[in-house]
Amino acid sequence: MMSQMILSWSLLVAQVMLGLAMFGPLWRVLRGPRAQDRVVGLDTLYVTGMLLLLTFGIRSGTVIYFEAALVIALLGFVSTAALAKFLMRGEVME
Amino acid sequence: MSGAAELPLFVAIPVAILLVLGAGLSLAGSIGLLRLKSFYERVHAPTIGTSYGLGSVLLASMIFFSVLQTRLVVHEVLIGILVVVTTPVTLMLVTRAALHRDRLEGNPEVPPPLSRPPEQD
Amino acid sequence: MSRRLLRWVLPHPILSAWLWLMWLLLEQSARPGPLLVGLVVALLGGRAMAMLQPQRVRIRRPGLILKLAGAVLVDVARSNLAVALVVLKPRPERHAGFIRVPLALRNPNALAALACIMTATPGTAWVEFDVEDGELLLHVLDLVDEADWVRIVKDRYEQPLLEIFQ
Repeated sequence: MMSQMILSWSLLVAQVMLGLAMFGPLWRVLRGPRAQDRVVGLDTLYVTGMLLLLTFGIRSGTVIYFEAALVIALLGFVSTAALAKFLMRGEVME
Repeated sequence: MSGAAELPLFVAIPVAILLVLGAGLSLAGSIGLLRLKSFYERVHAPTIGTSYGLGSVLLASMIFFSVLQTRLVVHEVLIGILVVVTTPVTLMLVTRAALHRDRLEGNPEVPPPLSRPPEQD
Repeated sequence: MSRRLLRWVLPHPILSAWLWLMWLLLEQSARPGPLLVGLVVALLGGRAMAMLQPQRVRIRRPGLILKLAGAVLVDVARSNLAVALVVLKPRPERHAGFIRVPLALRNPNALAALACIMTATPGTAWVEFDVEDGELLLHVLDLVDEADWVRIVKDRYEQPLLEIFQ
């Protein structure tokens, strides 16, 4: 009983903190000031979102959230790399 | 919270500490992204979340599921490897793009190209 | 003949074996279906890697990798705390800056490893590397003494990497 209480409270605290942590990158995505700030913001935003998903996965005890986190990690990498390429040259395909 | 009631206390406490620590580190990185002044300073902030922030949360989940023995701990290892390998790559790409843009605009804060004169392309 | 065929089908046997194993672990079953699909994925992965034609990695001292990994883990932890402190308690006298580090390292794999180490550490970021002169441009968040940082990079990371790869 005790351990359940500890776990569910720590999960709640962690989830609130991660939710708050999403505002920093979100601000950078929306406000910039420059394009590279937005890209770094987006990159951080998806990592934080992934962490939040992992805490949901621990709470529910199912694998689905972890599969989703894996997909986010993969897509995030590809999209950030493409955006960086775009910043470098102004076009994605060469 | 399926099955968490059977979890012994000496497992629950480390898991809880790791969870809060990971979320806290991630929050510190996020505050850094808001607070630091220039782009090159801000590049440092997200790596807190992606190194030990992510590591703590993954470790917490690994301990939790290993003790409960509900499933194999593969996803955490894969996510960990993936993020550890990819984050430096993306950050380096973005930093180089930023440097390239700043040099094109003649921003005095960034150092000039190493040795060679800039390429004309 | 059969040897050449085997080399064509399985150019990177270790990589293919890992891919197959990971696939089965993610599927969490060893029924014929997942086994077959995993095998196809593993073979395609090996072929794709062969098409990229990576330089052969030659590792001289595998034992040193563990030592380096341990040092990096400790340094990243320390740097995590340092950067978190800088963020939460800003000091007006702190200043960030670029530094140049001359490197003796030329092996692309070793340079990639060094780049990942430097960027994964929150206090430092790899900015640019000049292949011709072997000069590296680093950005440091809390720059106190330039010579200090040059020494840290060269002694703690470059030296072991030189011994491992070259």
